[in-house]
Amino acid sequence: MKIAWRELTRKPSRFLTAGGALTLLTVLLLLLGGLLDGLYLSATAAIRAQSAQVVVYSADSRDSLLRSRIDPATSQQIAEVDGVQSVSGFGVALLGARVPGQSDLADVSVFGYEAANAQVPAPLPTGQAYADESLKASGIALGQTVWVGPARTPVTVEGWVSDTAYLFQGGLWANEETWRTVLNENRPDAALPPGTWQVALVDTHGNADPARVASAIESQVPEVSALTKEEAIAALPGVKEQASTFTSIIGTTFVVAGLVVALFFALLTLERIGLFGVLKAIGAGSRTLAAGLVLQAFAISAGAFVLGTVLTIGMAAVIPPEVPVQLLPRRALITAVGLIITALVGSAISFRRIIRIDPASAVGGS
Amino acid sequence: MSALEMQDVRKVYGSGDTAVTALDHATLSVGDDEVVALVGPSGSGKTTLLSIAGGLLSPSEGAVKVGPHEITAYNRKELTRFRREFVGFVFQGANLVPFLTAKENLLVAADLAGRKGKQADKRARELLEGLGLAERTRNTPGALSGGERQRVAIGRALMNEPELVLFDEPTSALDTKLGEQVMELIHSEVKSRGTAAIVVTHDTRMTHYADRVVEITDGRLHAPGAAA
Repeated sequence: MKIAWRELTRKPSRFLTAGGALTLLTVLLLLLGGLLDGLYLSATAAIRAQSAQVVVYSADSRDSLLRSRIDPATSQQIAEVDGVQSVSGFGVALLGARVPGQSDLADVSVFGYEAANAQVPAPLPTGQAYADESLKASGIALGQTVWVGPARTPVTVEGWVSDTAYLFQGGLWANEETWRTVLNENRPDAALPPGTWQVALVDTHGNADPARVASAIESQVPEVSALTKEEAIAALPGVKEQASTFTSIIGTTFVVAGLVVALFFALLTLERIGLFGVLKAIGAGSRTLAAGLVLQAFAISAGAFVLGTVLTIGMAAVIPPEVPVQLLPRRALITAVGLIITALVGSAISFRRIIRIDPASAVGGS
Repeated sequence: MSALEMQDVRKVYGSGDTAVTALDHATLSVGDDEVVALVGPSGSGKTTLLSIAGGLLSPSEGAVKVGPHEITAYNRKELTRFRREFVGFVFQGANLVPFLTAKENLLVAADLAGRKGKQADKRARELLEGLGLAERTRNTPGALSGGERQRVAIGRALMNEPELVLFDEPTSALDTKLGEQVMELIHSEVKSRGTAAIVVTHDTRMTHYADRVVEITDGRLHAPGAAA
């Protein structure tokens, strides 16, 4: 172990190739992970923000917020199911908004809601809304009136909320009347009768299991589909597909990192066969030599991770705000652990070769 | 007690029609502070004998005893432990760890045998001083001459106070003058420490530094000049 560490510190140039490749792979892994997290967060924030544990859609909507319709009678039936504490209505309209002084339309999600949630306080008076902070990039300011949709329905921004976007469109959180006005004026085809919402948000009793409550709602209320909040997030358009695509790319990158380490240590072991033979001859066990290799793989991957993280943070600072990269500590931890495990597994490929080195090979000639 | 007792040792590589006998009923005894030169042509079995004496190879037949250790039946793990604690090796071309200093190369042997701390450090310094390398303890092998490297290798072999030191062509990479200096050093170091040594060499000019010369031809040992 001591020999391996000294080789690392005294001959760092030997490890530059593997360290450099792993640093670049770390940058790639963190950026891909950051992009996945950014996309996920930007697409799902409005549902994640809900304190409700169950979301109820109409059965024919195929769990789409925009296609779903829940009328007052259905809401009442849902409220009577065991485990349900309260029911509130929720809906969204995806539209463009004209911002004074800006030539481009701002993409907004106008939400109609009845109850405060984890991110948004109780609804403001009619004609006013809370705006998602991401809309600042579109030029929206506090106290400003924006003109929503082709009918140019006025909505005045009276407060900021954060992390409430829906399908990458910043949220404008309005009361029922404002939302219905926006919907009726700009999406007459999607207009809803009074009291009818797109979905019902269900708060369950403290100790009730949301999955069981959802199942009870489906069995007791006809023509509805009840999903837990996590299921509702996964049901958002593109979320599952994005996650599986990025996870596949990230997985492949880990495999490449493992191959880089495996190839590097295989070559290094080949180069050191003579030295390992001598060390074995003077009493070093295969385990001692393999432990040295593991130590080197760990140090290289840990060093590459630190350097790669610093580089990624630097790069993230210059990435345009339209690219939704989010560097989260959890993702960094997953990447660090994944990279180190991959490097250790990669280095283990050389163990067999080390075990097979014959100490008698140190003595040669006749 | 002899430092090495080899009794009727055979080593056969392969089997059946392809079997090759590298060592054929070899019997050899080396006294406690005796220096034995082992000479013979290429392929005669010198390396095989050295490897069996040092626990690098196991014999096909016969018995090998180093000091009180009957190593004939040792398994691989036991042989590894035996090598790191009771035998010293000096290889052709020194074979030092290139990125370690002279002193650290000695400490590698101590470290493997579980001897650490100030005592090991003191012994390494004393050995290097005794070998005339007091000023070179912090130099890596690349900064040492061929003779100095070979002296460091001798220091490494003596680090754990072995019962037997095995030298594999220690002068093959050196010119005659340097070769004689190294052989003189081997003789004086081994004698002063009461350690037994076998020196494999093909250079008959170096054999007069040994107490005894043993020849090997086609795997058979015999006294110089005697028929195989």
